[in-house]
Amino acid sequence: MRPVVFSWLAWRRRWLNYAATGLSLLAMAFGLFWLLWILWTTFSLGVSGLSLSLFTQMTPPPGVEGGLANAIVGSLLMVGLATLIGTPIGIFSGIYLAEFAQQGWLGELIRFMNDVLLSAPSIIIGLFIYAVYVAYRGHFSGWAGVLALALIVIPVVVRTTENMLRLVPTSLREAAFALGAPRWHMILHVTLRASLAGVITGILLAVARIAGETAPLLFTALSNQYWNTDLDKPMASLPVVIFKFAMSPFEDWSRLAWAGVFLIVIMVLALNIMARVLFRRKTI
Amino acid sequence: MSIASSSLLTRPRVRSAWGDMLFYRVTQGFALLTLLLLSGIIVSLLWGALPAIRHFGAPFLWHAEWNPPMERFGALIPIYGTLVTSAIALIIAIPVSFGIAFFLTELAPGWLKKPLGIAVELLAGIPSIVYGMWGLLVFVPIFSEYFQPMLTKTLGTLPVIGALFSGPPIGIGILSAGIVLAIMIIPFIASVMRDVFEITPAILKESSYALGSTRWEVVWNIVLPYTRVGVVGGIMLGLGRALGETMAVTFLIGNINSFQGFSLLLPGNSIASALANEFTEASSELYTSALIELGLILFLITFIVLSLSKLLLMQLAKSGGTRT
Repeated sequence: MRPVVFSWLAWRRRWLNYAATGLSLLAMAFGLFWLLWILWTTFSLGVSGLSLSLFTQMTPPPGVEGGLANAIVGSLLMVGLATLIGTPIGIFSGIYLAEFAQQGWLGELIRFMNDVLLSAPSIIIGLFIYAVYVAYRGHFSGWAGVLALALIVIPVVVRTTENMLRLVPTSLREAAFALGAPRWHMILHVTLRASLAGVITGILLAVARIAGETAPLLFTALSNQYWNTDLDKPMASLPVVIFKFAMSPFEDWSRLAWAGVFLIVIMVLALNIMARVLFRRKTI
Repeated sequence: MSIASSSLLTRPRVRSAWGDMLFYRVTQGFALLTLLLLSGIIVSLLWGALPAIRHFGAPFLWHAEWNPPMERFGALIPIYGTLVTSAIALIIAIPVSFGIAFFLTELAPGWLKKPLGIAVELLAGIPSIVYGMWGLLVFVPIFSEYFQPMLTKTLGTLPVIGALFSGPPIGIGILSAGIVLAIMIIPFIASVMRDVFEITPAILKESSYALGSTRWEVVWNIVLPYTRVGVVGGIMLGLGRALGETMAVTFLIGNINSFQGFSLLLPGNSIASALANEFTEASSELYTSALIELGLILFLITFIVLSLSKLLLMQLAKSGGTRT
């Protein structure tokens, strides 16, 4: 048996490993630390601002009691309509990419543009809608906000729909063909149905993303101090109202802003968790 | 090669099924609409920026004056702010994300992997306005009270980099914007790194462990070289986010359009926050056009960064597919 010799190399390797392990633990703690801090602030400051008047009264001028009713309704309207417009476009484009254009330059080009725009700055989307719609119509409007948000929904839904359809085993497609189903019938009733949970997950994630989007609404929907459900007029939304109120020095405005942030965070987290649960329960 | 992707089935059988043809055309139409909408962005921005491009020409890029009443515009300050805040964010976010990915793929016990992975992804889902408001009202007061004086006292006294950390502790500024940006992009980079680390074939890692490597040596010498391209792709993705981030930066950068000095503690401006703050107030056509040109510059920068990221990630997917 050889005697145990103290080796510098072994010592260095061991301690390098310890150091790396420790630093990686630290990095994980660092990441979680911010998440917990932000959530804690949002909950503790947001809950104190919650009240019934939040949902029944309009956004107030400084120094007056008020709520966020017009902003909540504006957000719901614009997010809802944007999802209704963006989802079908996204799903059909996703079907095209997954079922008809796995190869070929057109499919590649669309896929590439889609991926770039999936992470393009959202303020650019707002600028685009301003240039092609707001400037043309001559005034800010809820519809412009809807279009800007729909443009953010589309790439998210395209990507998830394509990915989910590609997970469907080829044998399912072959079985449908063997039974004599036409291709469109096979896609709508076999592959799309098999990947339904995944596609809905994608839609939920898209809704979660646009629910908190501020930048594309700044110069499309603008904001509105009063109750408004006319989409042809400027429309308030939660994120834009939060932006305006949080930057102000008025105490009651900043309390309302925290309550608004609380509502958005709850909604976004709920959508994210729902998407996960749904996807886990019925994976293909 | 799967049957569905062979040319026989990819092309609809024209005569036998007009329904198929119709369906094919409808989906293709929507896909083309997507392409059209998205490529329309560049064209419309170019069109909107044309008056400013004609009026200022190329010097727009390096002139530092931003003077709306006199209608003299130069993009240097916002470009500088955008690049510096993103650089700070990357310097902080890359090592932290690497640590998180290392932890999630190699160290974490099975029962902890999933909840921690989800927590990181939830951090990515929080809207940027929440980061901005939290940054301005919670982070900045603490930062300016405790950390900025400390930075000025320690790093601020060093010969060259000292200039970066001098100045009054006012809280908002390029450094705090960069730090909050880093917190925002860590989850993006970390989850891409985790995903690419996981595609490393187990046989490579196991061989290395069998030869007596430590965990760190496996990750540093086997996993990282194997996934290098994907890791860079993930970093580029985070950089794309940081460059275009609007709300968090607008709250924190101070929105000052004149050059204050090289210190990172001083306020500045970024392209996205200049747009967010000034666009609805732009009164003249030239002012609006100059802002749209700023947007065009931002879009081109992020387009290049995101394209590179996409190409790198695609390359990894290809080589990963052939090697395993």
